[in-house]
Order: sequence, then structure tokens, then C-alpha cells
Amino acid sequence: MSMKKVWMLLALVAVMVFAVACGEGETDETDDTGSTEEDGTEEETSGDGSEEEVSAEEGELTGEVAIDGSSTVFPIMEAISEEYTAEEPDVQAPVGVSGSGGGFEKFIAGETDLSNASREIKDEEAEALEENGIDFFEMPLAYDGLSVVVSQENDFVDHLTVEELKQIWVDGGAETWNDVRDEWPEEPIERFAPGTDSGTFDYWNEVILEDEDINRNAQMSEDDNVLVTGVQGSQYATAFFGYAYYAENKDSLKVVPVDNGDGPVEPSEETINDGSYAPLSRPLFTYVKEESLQEPQVVDYVKFLNENAGDMALEVGYVNLTEEEYDENMEKIEEVAGE
Amino acid sequence: MKVAEQEALNKSERVGKTAKLSGRQLKNKIFKGLFIGATGFSILMLLILIIRILTQGLGYLDWDLLSSYASRNPEDAGILSAFVGTIWLMGVTAPISFILGVGTAIYLEEYAGKNRFTALIQMNISNLAGVPSVVFGLLGLTIFVREMSLGRSVIAGGLTMALLILPIIVVASQEAIRSVPNNLKEASYAMGASNWQTVYRVVLPAAIPGILTGNILALSRAIGETAPLIMIGALTYIAFLPEGLLSQFTVMPIQIFNWTSRPQEEFHLVAASGIIILLLMLLIMNSVAVWIRNKFQRRF
Repeated sequence: MSMKKVWMLLALVAVMVFAVACGEGETDETDDTGSTEEDGTEEETSGDGSEEEVSAEEGELTGEVAIDGSSTVFPIMEAISEEYTAEEPDVQAPVGVSGSGGGFEKFIAGETDLSNASREIKDEEAEALEENGIDFFEMPLAYDGLSVVVSQENDFVDHLTVEELKQIWVDGGAETWNDVRDEWPEEPIERFAPGTDSGTFDYWNEVILEDEDINRNAQMSEDDNVLVTGVQGSQYATAFFGYAYYAENKDSLKVVPVDNGDGPVEPSEETINDGSYAPLSRPLFTYVKEESLQEPQVVDYVKFLNENAGDMALEVGYVNLTEEEYDENMEKIEEVAGE
Repeated sequence: MKVAEQEALNKSERVGKTAKLSGRQLKNKIFKGLFIGATGFSILMLLILIIRILTQGLGYLDWDLLSSYASRNPEDAGILSAFVGTIWLMGVTAPISFILGVGTAIYLEEYAGKNRFTALIQMNISNLAGVPSVVFGLLGLTIFVREMSLGRSVIAGGLTMALLILPIIVVASQEAIRSVPNNLKEASYAMGASNWQTVYRVVLPAAIPGILTGNILALSRAIGETAPLIMIGALTYIAFLPEGLLSQFTVMPIQIFNWTSRPQEEFHLVAASGIIILLLMLLIMNSVAVWIRNKFQRRF
């Protein structure tokens, strides 16, 4: 290849890149106007029609639903988007994983319609949203039972109270298992915890640590599988993580029942669902931008999400909410969407 | 008398030398062993990695993996959108980083005077090569995604990646240009050729194998990066393919990372299959680099 050819080729590629970029921009603009017109007509139809009208349009919706946020909620949203795409192939509903906090940042910047979170929105985040004039509402999707586990070789821990958990995890608390309960061996406790960026840690910080520092010897990892491996390999180790990670490793881990004053309760689908596994049952949320519910594809997606979240949650290792809670969600959606 | 003394001295010196010689040979052997050990260790690790990935990943490696979208069922999960996304991303990154990187290298080597300003630029480029990739992600998020409002698009990701590998390309291209023998250039100037004629007809043809090799190695780095792309908001689940430069996208490392962090063992196996595909892509790119080097290489 001569130099001339190389340069010609490069020039060609450059021209093509810019041509496509410009062309894209134009089509995008026309797309935008197109969908606004569509929005108008569909609002009208749903205004004088009823819900059946909307469902009659199945398979005809277009547009995008922008979703981002928690990696804990991701498996549920992935399942929902997968099923939804089968029903409405022309609606694009991709899911990002920026973490609960990272998701809210994008939500505040107005870049997303739904923001997933494995914790409640923080006050400063809610304030920032208000400043930007973004109205939103909270939609619980499922429960996760934070599971406290020890190694299967651990034969002494039968249950732990919330106070004992705090003693184990807080900085300056127990050093050895013996410090927790007198009959337990004088062996140092090894701790494995999810990273401080995760909503899991935030929740633990709220209900167990009560905002005190976590024990500085705790090994933190953003990857929960690392925590699983850590506990599997050591007789005196303990960790906490989402129920799905315990459920998947039941054979090699021992779950510790937690006593919140009413006797020890082991996490299971029933105890998480009826709230008796307290205080470690935590709800998983998505936050919905109210303005986005003016777009028909978002309304349709959110409704689909609410109808299927329970089943999908069970399928990917979480626990469904009660029927009433999903009904409450639906009322809220319909109210905001103006139906 | 003096002669005899001299001989005696020579003799003792020679004895000393042979003692030193055996010592040097021993040292030579020790270091040889050390270097063989170092090479062996890295090859062993590579072998373990490859064997582990192959034993885990071969089970899920089939056409379905490459032709279907991600799914909550490990059996149905595929890497199509990530695979195509990676190719799109490389398609944007490669020409942009090539033009900018090689342009900068030519300017710095052939046009810029040797003054403080050039030295400053040079130092900054070398430093940029060591900046963590997340920082480039932040830069991309601020400038391309928000300021230029390109959104979470292929072009925003491609530009960010281009910036990330730009310093590597500049440095590699400079090395290649510098290795062109000076007498070739001088001959060209002696014939009355201008600076540009010399660059275009003499320097670039001689330096192009080195430049292209550097480019492809830099792209190989970009293909495995996740942090900057997560920063600019590349997606994880996506059930459509990019249609243009403003489409949203995901890439292989993001998809693989997501699978490895799932609780289900099956997803870890799917991740291993994804890694095999990623390694194959890397292998192909590196082979192209080697092929280009051999094809265009000229000896002076």
C-alpha cells in the first residue's frame, strides 16, 4: 500500500464518520418532533378513551425509557426490560448500572426516567432534584433480605441479636468471638463487607452501625462473590450481603438467624416478605420522574414493571412485595399519568 | 632481575583473572536462571489463566452466545449487543486517535523547535499516559456527554477512549519517527525537498510499521477498559444494536464484569465464555499488528 492510498483511506473514513454524525443529528431532530406529535395524539386518545385503548396499542409504541442506578436492582430491571422488549420491540429500554448514588446523579441531571436504588433517596439528593424542578415519586419493587453468614465450619454461632451484630461490626467493638458471647472461642473475628459505595453498605450503616464507623479490619469488596469466597475459606469469618448470594451458596455457607427482640428469625422468602425478618429486610426501589409519565411508552413500561416486578424478583433471587403494595404503586402511577 | 619480577607480577595477575572469570561465569549463570525464572513465571500465570478460562467458558461458547442479547437466564444470555458495541467503539476510536496522535507526533518530531514550550508539551503527554482511566471518564462525561450534549452515545464513548489512548499513540509514533535514520532525511533535504515532502515521502513510509503497531497496541488497551465508559454512562442491559454514532451502547468488558458479579454460578461460566471471545478479538488485533510490522518493515 502506498502512502497516498493510506491517506486517501483515512480521509475517506474521517469524512464518513462526520457525515454519519451529522446525518444522525438531523434524523434525531426529526424523530423528536415526530414523537412529540405522537405524544399529543396519544394523550388525546387516552384522555377520552380508557385503559383498554392503551393496551390495544400494544406493539405500536416507540421511543425510549432511560433507566440507570443500583447494581442490586439491576437483575430485576434486566428481566423486566427483556420481557418488555418481547412485547414492545420498538421501545428501547436499556438499563445502566451506575450504582444507587451514581444513578441519582444522572436522575438529578435529568438524563434518566427511572433511577433504581437499593436505599431510600437521601435528603440532599431530593433537594437537588427539587432545585432542578424535577418531580418524582418512589416506587418499591421488591425486598432483599440482607443475610448474615458464617462459614459452615463455624459450629458455635446459633443466632445473633442486633446489638451483637453492632458489637461485631462497629469500630472499637468486639475483637474476638469471645468478646461477643462468653461461651464462644477466643478467636479473632474476620469480617467481609460490601464496599462503601454500595446501597447494601448504606443500609447496614443505617440499621446496624447507626452511623458509627465500620471496624477498620473489615475487608471490603464491591464484588459480593469475593465476600462469599472469603467466608467459605475461614472458620472464624462473617459477612453480610444480599439474600440472592446466600441462596445461591446455601451448601457452603451457614446463615445466622437475627434476633430483633422477638426471637431469632432466619431469612427466607416468607420471613422477608411478611417483614418478620427485621430489621434486615430492605426494600428495593425505583424512582420515577413524574414528567416522564407524559410519554406513553414510559407509562406503559412502568405499569408493566409494577405488574411483573414481583415474579421477576423471585426469579432473580429477591422477594416480592405484598399485593397491596403493588396496588398502591399502580394507583400512584395512574394518578401521576393523569388517567 | 627486573624481568623476573615483572613475570612474577604478571603471573599473579593472571591467577587473579582466572578466579574472577569463574566468578563472572557463576554470576552469569545466576542471572540467566533469574531471567528464565521471570519469563517462566509470567508464562505459567498466563497458561493458568487461559486453561481456567477455557475449562469454565467452553461450555457456553457457541453461536447463540454471539447472536443473542443479554438475559436473566444464563442459558439464553448472549453477548451480541456488547460485541457489536465494542466494534462500533473501536470504529470511532481508531480513526480519531490515529489522526490526532500521529499528527501530534509528526509536529513534535519534525516541525516543533526545541524550546521550553515543546518540552512542556512533551512532559504533559508523558504524564497523561499515566493518568488513571476513570479521570478520562470524568472528562468525557463533562465535555462530551454534558457540554456537547452527545448523550450516552457511541461517539461520546469513542471520543473519550480516543483521548485515553492518545498519549500512548503519540509516544509510540514519536519513537517510530525518531528511529528513521537521519541520513535519509538529510538526503531528502539535500535534494531540495521541503519539510512536508520529507515527512510524507521519506519519514512516514519508514515509520509507518512502528506507528501502526503502536496504534493497535493502544487500541488493545482501549478494548479492555470499563471504568471510563461506566463513568460516561454506557449501559449494561441493552436489547438493540447501535444504529449510528448517537446510539447508546455497551461493551464486552462491562457485560463480562456484570456477569461475574452475579450470585449465580452459571453466569460466571457465561462470563468466562465472554472472556474467550474478548481474548480472541485481542489476539486478532495483535496478529494484525505483527502482520503489518512484517509487511511494511524495511531495513536500513
